[in-house]
Amino acid sequence: MMILEVERLSVSFGGVRAVDDVNISVEAGQVFSIIGPNGSGKTTLFNLLSGVYTPDHGVIRFAGETVTDLEPDRLARRGLSRTFQNLQIFSRMSVLENVMVGHHRHEDTGILADLVHWPSVRRQNAATRELALAALARVGLADEARLASTSLSYGALKRLEIARALASDPKLLLLDEPAAGCNPIETQEIDRVIRSLIKDGITVMLVEHDMRLVMNISDRVHVLARGRTLAEGTPEEVRSNAAVVEAYLGDHGSKEATRAFG
Amino acid sequence: MAELLQFISSGLTVGAIYALVALGFTLIYKASDIINFAQGEFVMLGGMTTVFVAMAGVPLPLAALIAVVATTATGLALHRFAIEPARGASPVVLIMITIGASIFLRGVAQIVFDRRFHSLPPLLGADPIQLGGAAILPQSLVVLASATAIVTLLWLFVDRTLLGKAVIATAANRLAARLIGVDTRRVVALSFGISAAIGAVAGILITPIALTSYDAGTLLALKGFAAAMLGGIGSAAGAVVGGVLIGLMEAFAAGYVSSNYKDAVAFLIILVVLISIPQGLFGRAKVERV
Amino acid sequence: MVSLVQTRLMPAIVIAALIVVLPAFFPSAYYYRIGVLVFIFALAVVGLNLLMGFAGQVSLGHAGFLGIGAYSVAIGPVHFGVPSWLCLFGGAALSGVVAFIVGRPILKLKGHYLAVATLGLGLLLAIVLTNEARWTGGPDGMSVPRLVLFGWSARGATTWYWIAGATFIVAFVLALNLMDSPTGRALRAIHDSEIAARVLGIDVARKKVAIFVISAMYASVAGSFLALFNGYVTPDAAGFLRSIELVAMVVLGGMGSIVGSLVGAVVLVVLPQALTVFHDYEQVLLGLIVMVFMIFLRRGIVPSLAAAFAGRRK
Ligand SMILES: Nc1ncnc2c1ncn2[C@@H]1O[C@H](COP(=O)(O)OP(=O)(O)O)[C@@H](O)[C@H]1O
Ligand SMILES: [Mg+2]
Repeated sequence: MMILEVERLSVSFGGVRAVDDVNISVEAGQVFSIIGPNGSGKTTLFNLLSGVYTPDHGVIRFAGETVTDLEPDRLARRGLSRTFQNLQIFSRMSVLENVMVGHHRHEDTGILADLVHWPSVRRQNAATRELALAALARVGLADEARLASTSLSYGALKRLEIARALASDPKLLLLDEPAAGCNPIETQEIDRVIRSLIKDGITVMLVEHDMRLVMNISDRVHVLARGRTLAEGTPEEVRSNAAVVEAYLGDHGSKEATRAFG
Repeated sequence: MAELLQFISSGLTVGAIYALVALGFTLIYKASDIINFAQGEFVMLGGMTTVFVAMAGVPLPLAALIAVVATTATGLALHRFAIEPARGASPVVLIMITIGASIFLRGVAQIVFDRRFHSLPPLLGADPIQLGGAAILPQSLVVLASATAIVTLLWLFVDRTLLGKAVIATAANRLAARLIGVDTRRVVALSFGISAAIGAVAGILITPIALTSYDAGTLLALKGFAAAMLGGIGSAAGAVVGGVLIGLMEAFAAGYVSSNYKDAVAFLIILVVLISIPQGLFGRAKVERV
Repeated sequence: MVSLVQTRLMPAIVIAALIVVLPAFFPSAYYYRIGVLVFIFALAVVGLNLLMGFAGQVSLGHAGFLGIGAYSVAIGPVHFGVPSWLCLFGGAALSGVVAFIVGRPILKLKGHYLAVATLGLGLLLAIVLTNEARWTGGPDGMSVPRLVLFGWSARGATTWYWIAGATFIVAFVLALNLMDSPTGRALRAIHDSEIAARVLGIDVARKKVAIFVISAMYASVAGSFLALFNGYVTPDAAGFLRSIELVAMVVLGGMGSIVGSLVGAVVLVVLPQALTVFHDYEQVLLGLIVMVFMIFLRRGIVPSLAAAFAGRRK
């Protein structure tokens, strides 16, 4: 079953075609990665998929239904969640509270009940807290639950965003460069987390520059360059695609290519 | 027809003053992201100082000059002693500081001057000029001509001088400006000085028509702020257009609806504009980047 | 569970105890009067703090709702013979409805645009109150009949001390409750990152309107109390300076600190009273004090103090 289908998706910003006529189909339960040089439109694609930007053209279908112009919160309530390349942490809240917000779409107390702290609110708070702690444990942050979110390291914040997204119990999870700025051990940890998600039946879309991680974990890899599709296939197919190697070598020097393929 | 002309002339006159106040807001905002609610007090200080220095026997032109210098000094002092020490504070805190400054300046004016209304003699006499059946005050022409001159001078300054270019650079990107050697602190100080001077001139120009008193600044600041927002904050052209528009709307509202509701009409239209064009008339729509 | 409630409501319990004990030290009825004013303003400020400090949405026109509440208990009884207590609730409902209607379009605006829109809203309400003299008495205002409950008339600072104090405590507890609830977490999330809140399924527009309505109702009740206590009301109740005063109390006490709201109200109610002895220098000193506080305690009194204590304990 295809959980996500994207047809001819395009958006431009003042003449820059950030995403240009892109087609994607993501099979449920797989890891689907998007790679490409910086500025090739990966984050913009995620913004379109999660409803943060509205496309100029094209159709997005999620779990069989057309969701092209849906607001982000409506999409989230249908089971799509994401993390951000540039962290969007709730910085005035504790680590635990950040994750508790993730569970919001399942919380069902009215504002009047919230005001008087009805017993249902107490039960809901306790349930949400349990769930959030479990999500934190999954990403290895259980011990940090009580800390202020601002006291975490960059790598830990990346995992905090994953835990927060997990607390919303998504069907499809978009991870935008989860391993950027992480040390090898933290990257290993993220690899482990993604595998555990797949085991739970969550579909993962991954934007990532760490090619070891991408090539290890992905079922399919989609390559973007200047907003357009350059190639798509299994990791092996993409790795041996001449156009892909060229794009990395041609546009961005040997460093990124070495990191990608060497 | 005569009526229409009358409304347009009074609308343009007040509008020109609002435009100058809005320009003051814009200038400081451009340089520092601060909304300076003491802007109205600069206007008040310009008018009141001129009145009292002239009363002390100083010739009017000299009194006006003294008022502009004194107000400019006040603007610089505001920056040096209240804004500069609060560098890095949140926007709400900075707004509260300028509001504190506005209360403070009002209090000082109350003590140094008095609590009565004052006027100044108009520059070109008080006899109205008859034009198409409308009676136009000569001072209106003085206001319009001076406002135009100030806007032009400001434009020349920004466009033609190195210091002006430093202001533009600071407005565009503070960090980048600092990296290429612009002293952004001086630029912010300068913006406070110029805004104060412009405010003072506006105050001197309007006093012969509208009277002034120690608390005349509050409403002017609100109108000027609204004008700046109507035009799209940070756009100098927007500030001028916004000011003139509010002046005209008020004049028409006063003429055709009721003078009691002239302020209401101005703010109602601002609400409608902001709700339908959230970035103001001249502001640019922004897609939030994540 | 029990201990949880205790820690959450601890500030409320302490403050309630203070409210009860303090009168023992009041040398004169004048102090009751100050107490009443503090509670009434703190009530409005707690509501505004929910909007500004928690949800991160500034309102420079909140006195407009204060005005609706104040004039409700004036116009209702005088012109329509409706009992005051009913008008108090009616005013709160009306404020809520106004906030609900204008909230959605206005709260889409951000930063300074939101500031000027709420400013405009407040001014509009104040202008209407000033000009509809037939109903409101115009700029001179109108007198407000006493609150009568079950044949008992509430008059005098002592009586109002207990009415306003008890109401404040209730409002205080409701605010603490709200913040420790799903809605409260969602609001704080909106403050920090609207985009993240949205992709987590929070209907941001709806939450903002909800808290705008609640804070408008807080202000309205405070306005009604103020009018009933003073026995008269003028359009100043709804004016720009009142709005600014409320914002100053929020920021001074500490954005996002419910206890701070009380502290902010205490400082800005007591200070001007104390400064009246300086006559002409009152405004100068007030402006100076606001500036100095904001420059040196920019996070607000309560959060700054809390941070200082936490630092020392380490
Ligand atoms: N909100 C926006 N406004 C203007 N340009 C944008 C916006 N978002 C993305 N872009 C542009 O779209 C292009 C793709 O950016 P992005 O999607 O962030 O690339 P990637 O994530 O692959 O590094 C870039 O040229 C970027 O400047
Ligand atoms: Mg990116």
